[in-house]
Amino acid sequence: MSENKSRLQTLFEQGEFVVTGEIGPPKSASGAGIREHAKHLSGYCDATNLTDNQTAIVRLSSIASGVHVLQAGGEPIVQMTCRDRNRIAIQSDLLGAYSLGIKNLLCLSGDHQSFGNHPTSANVFDVDSLQLIRMVKRMRDEKVFACGEEIKKDEPRFFIGAVANPFADPFEVRVYRMEKKINAGAQFFQTQIIFDLERFDRFMELARERGLHERSYIMAGVMPVKSAKVAGYMKKFVSGMAVPDDMIERLKKAEDQQAEAVEICVEQIKYLKNVKGVKGVHIMAVGWEEIVPTIVEKAGLLPRPQVPGLAQVAG
Amino acid sequence: MIVAEQKPFEEIAKMVEIFDKVLILGCNECVTVCLSGGEKEVGVLATSLRLYRKQGDRPITTVEETLVRQCEWEYLDEIEKLVEDVDCIISMACGVGVQFVAERFPDKWVIPALDTKCAGGAVEHGLWEERCGMCGECILHKTGGVCPVARCSKRILNGPCGGSQNGKCEVKDVDCIWDQIYKRMMALGRMDQLMEIELEKDWSKARDGGPRKMSREEVMIGE
Amino acid sequence: MSEFQPKIVAFCCYYCAYSAADLAGSMRLQYPPTIRMIEQPCSGRIDIQLILQAFEDGADGVYVAGCLEGDCHFLKGNYRAKRRVAEAKKILDDVGIGGERVEMYNLSGSMGPRFAEVAHEMHDRIKGLGPSPLNKRATKKEVMTGDCS
Repeated sequence: MSENKSRLQTLFEQGEFVVTGEIGPPKSASGAGIREHAKHLSGYCDATNLTDNQTAIVRLSSIASGVHVLQAGGEPIVQMTCRDRNRIAIQSDLLGAYSLGIKNLLCLSGDHQSFGNHPTSANVFDVDSLQLIRMVKRMRDEKVFACGEEIKKDEPRFFIGAVANPFADPFEVRVYRMEKKINAGAQFFQTQIIFDLERFDRFMELARERGLHERSYIMAGVMPVKSAKVAGYMKKFVSGMAVPDDMIERLKKAEDQQAEAVEICVEQIKYLKNVKGVKGVHIMAVGWEEIVPTIVEKAGLLPRPQVPGLAQVAG
Repeated sequence: MIVAEQKPFEEIAKMVEIFDKVLILGCNECVTVCLSGGEKEVGVLATSLRLYRKQGDRPITTVEETLVRQCEWEYLDEIEKLVEDVDCIISMACGVGVQFVAERFPDKWVIPALDTKCAGGAVEHGLWEERCGMCGECILHKTGGVCPVARCSKRILNGPCGGSQNGKCEVKDVDCIWDQIYKRMMALGRMDQLMEIELEKDWSKARDGGPRKMSREEVMIGE
Repeated sequence: MSEFQPKIVAFCCYYCAYSAADLAGSMRLQYPPTIRMIEQPCSGRIDIQLILQAFEDGADGVYVAGCLEGDCHFLKGNYRAKRRVAEAKKILDDVGIGGERVEMYNLSGSMGPRFAEVAHEMHDRIKGLGPSPLNKRATKKEVMTGDCS
């Protein structure tokens, strides 16, 4: 089965500290930008997330984006939300995605459509993220569709990812939910963007107490925040995100806010790398993808490891 | 009214298996009218539970009460004493009632005896049908007083779809409501109105937009 | 078990079964003493709670006897009774008493022999089924307390 394993999974299993990036697909019908970003991240990220109509704004589909990344020689992690598709569409899309060579899947609930550019649309949420994870696992391990019907041949064999938000409430529930996701089939996690390192430490402590770091690969989410203005905006408008005031202050005071942003992000990565149970870092620099190589380099994460038998691929 | 149906007895029995004294609480509103959670149904459920439990080693004591309605605090206040004395409350109201009971008595375990089905009415004795989809923005003036949101299986707003045959929906045992809308609009000479393309609905006013609230300043009590 | 004498409650419509019972008496027809008759203004008076109550109070079997279909003094009472008995059967199955312990019969006031026949039929059925699960737990000597009307 090893030939079926994704590059991402192989790296985790080799014990590498994994670096992933993120590309937000465009609000257009061209994949050129995605391929360009993918090439840009090549050699800096081991895999790249493709968001699924993030913040409920219509964008080029995450699966198609994943194919663009593949074409550019990269390793995609396709995001799949529960907001826009029922279980029929989700399973159909999963079959399609796998048939096109996508092997990593990140399962999420999805932002409510009221945040996006079609706030009057209906939502689906036929299955939730837990059920989605379980569904993908059953398709792979039990070779059955959600209804129990057998997948006669060529079942999709995804490396299953999920998300965890240590900054949402109630605090303890975040760990329980993470465990529940592992029980449902999640193999790796990418956390919400971490600014509050202390709270993340407490989160990881609870996760370790329950042995979750040994049952899954936990990747810490980080984000270079371009300016004090952006940080302020995020604090105000992005739900479930703890943006500390001293970070905003630090950016405000800096002569070169962008350089300072990189510096902060690098410090965070260096810190997170040493948190027990953290197996990688997920850098979310949507809209500022070009800064990722600098951050990866400064954080001392180069060169990226090779996977024997796999060609050197981009993020 | 809200139409609800009693859960299978076996499920209810399972939910109360660890309790010895239960309050079975009926509601005199919708669920009385649809014969699923009124005084009479409370009696039948209470007796059924007693009969069932008497056969085992753990008989159950039932307390029966039916409120004017469960979805208003003042009526729930009336049963404060009764509640103190029981292990749990089986609410025979709709989901609204069950939640009001749970909220009013936070220390008590509350069990729903009914499955709340829809907003509908009795079209004949013993037959209730869904009529309103509670979409938050009524369009009945555009469809001859017949609701496609609640009554079309695909909630299509410009129907009927290709699955309509002889007045029947492609979904088993369902009437094609667009067949009825069309016939009614024809009869009322409003076909031109039906030719207008009905645009995407604003589902944010429905449940999709999140839980809904309604407030009326002029009836609020206070300064 | 051979001594088991079932307690059977018969809810009888005044216009038919109850008169038929009188007639059976006049005709000196024998019917089992295990039947306790309760006069009803119409079989349509019966409701599910009443049937369940009878079992709770110690009955091993219950039947409802109403007019022949189409002949109800109140037009449709016996049809209603029929549906309610059917529902009571389901509930009795659910709670473990057994739906076969309750039945609906239709007869007219002139059918004395049929009344006796029904009584025998129900007596034999319940005798065959044995005591109601509730009574199985009780001692044999215990008698039904109170009446069910």
